Amino acid sequence: MGMKTEEKLIVNGKRLDGRKPNEFRDIEMKVGVIPNANGSAQVRFGKTVAIAGVYGPRALFPKHRQKADTAIIQCRYNMAPFSVDDRAYPGPSRRSVEISKVTRLALEPALFLEDYPETVVDVYIEILQADGSTRVTGINAASLALADAGVPMRDLVVAVSGGKIDDTIILDMCGKEDNYSEADVPLAFMPRKKIITLLQMDGQLTPKELKSIIKEQLKTGEKIYEKQKEALNKKYKE
Amino acid sequence: MQTGYMLRLLETDERIDGRKMNEFREVKVETNVAETAEGSARVKIGKTDVIVGIKMGMGVPFSDMPNMGVLKTGAEFTPIADPDFESGPPGENATELARIVDRGIRESDSIDLEKLCLKEREKVWEIFVDIHIINNDGNLIDASALAAIAAMKTAKIPKIEDDKIIRDKLEKKLPILHVPVTVTIGKVAGKFIFDPNKEEEEVLDAKLSVAVMEDGKVCAMQKQGTHGLTEEDLDEMIDLAVKKSKELRKFL
Repeated sequence: MGMKTEEKLIVNGKRLDGRKPNEFRDIEMKVGVIPNANGSAQVRFGKTVAIAGVYGPRALFPKHRQKADTAIIQCRYNMAPFSVDDRAYPGPSRRSVEISKVTRLALEPALFLEDYPETVVDVYIEILQADGSTRVTGINAASLALADAGVPMRDLVVAVSGGKIDDTIILDMCGKEDNYSEADVPLAFMPRKKIITLLQMDGQLTPKELKSIIKEQLKTGEKIYEKQKEALNKKYKE
Repeated sequence: MQTGYMLRLLETDERIDGRKMNEFREVKVETNVAETAEGSARVKIGKTDVIVGIKMGMGVPFSDMPNMGVLKTGAEFTPIADPDFESGPPGENATELARIVDRGIRESDSIDLEKLCLKEREKVWEIFVDIHIINNDGNLIDASALAAIAAMKTAKIPKIEDDKIIRDKLEKKLPILHVPVTVTIGKVAGKFIFDPNKEEEEVLDAKLSVAVMEDGKVCAMQKQGTHGLTEEDLDEMIDLAVKKSKELRKFL
């Protein structure tokens, strides 16, 4: 956003990689990828790859941070230094601190944390390859990892990025689209009751455009939900 | 804490300080409050008190934007402002606040960054927007965003002589193209409230901050809080925020 490109990102209704506006990239989900973790998953949307591991519920230390009536959830979103074109400096950045926070809040409403007082659920998300939409890919992976860990959940959390290029609403933006789109709207929700748990936006949109992007995300996001359920079932069939 | 009392009041559309659901506390905007800054403003919303200072320096442009100035927004929750604030580097909440304010400014194309280029690829003006919280009584986001744009509007670029910044010779105004205003709406007990104070913030289920441009376009948004929102909630909150932004704009 803010950046301009001569290149047309949508030509005859097709995007750079041949996708239709509301079409996802190739999606791959695998549950149970980190033996040490209580739950884990790897999710790939095109060239964006996120791996999530969940530890807990486990005892929380130092003790004064424990809550007598509930578990707490901690979240760390981290980009591998080699996940981007110019090496990312290791360790937390302002961006990753913020994403960690909104990711935690995106997942928290789905969990029955009150069942595990005095404990912590640690969610670690590593971005191994970044080509746009990393935070939503991370949330999709984390949601699967939590389910895999057996943490009781109200619903899975589905996350999908949306935006606008040349008056067209698009979903699942790749890196280039992310950089040059007129707006970027990451959203996460619990599909069963359509409860939105993460919403951010930057760019410039009329309220009407904004609402129609959200509507499209809620509708088409169902496809990710189906893939998630499939991936979970697959682990236990094997 | 008077949580139960507060929630009971909200059921009948009443608030703990007697305000209407859509009513802001008294807003005061004062500019040029720090002489050492190139621009500054102090915004009070009720007892919430925020100062934003603009400093400018010379720096190197980003390689992908070689002819544009650089905007950097920071926030510090100084322990003086709230018994719950701790000293140390900016934490999660301060970082989030700075980034929400930054996005409002950046995404509205508020500053004409191309006019801040001194030598392409080599030297540009860096604009530092620093948010300093003096007293926290809730709704830091709206107060900080308002103070930031108020400070930017007063900011002047210093003169350069022999490649040095002459701080006491201010030349021209910081080129401002757009003026974003941020409105935060809280949801609690199924109701929407504007400008939540600190006590109210502690019982909110969720919040949505919406940055609105002059023409009613939305340029940044962030959902906060531990509960979810429905699509209907969002539709209503966006409309409410766009409408309210006109009122806040009058203070600039």
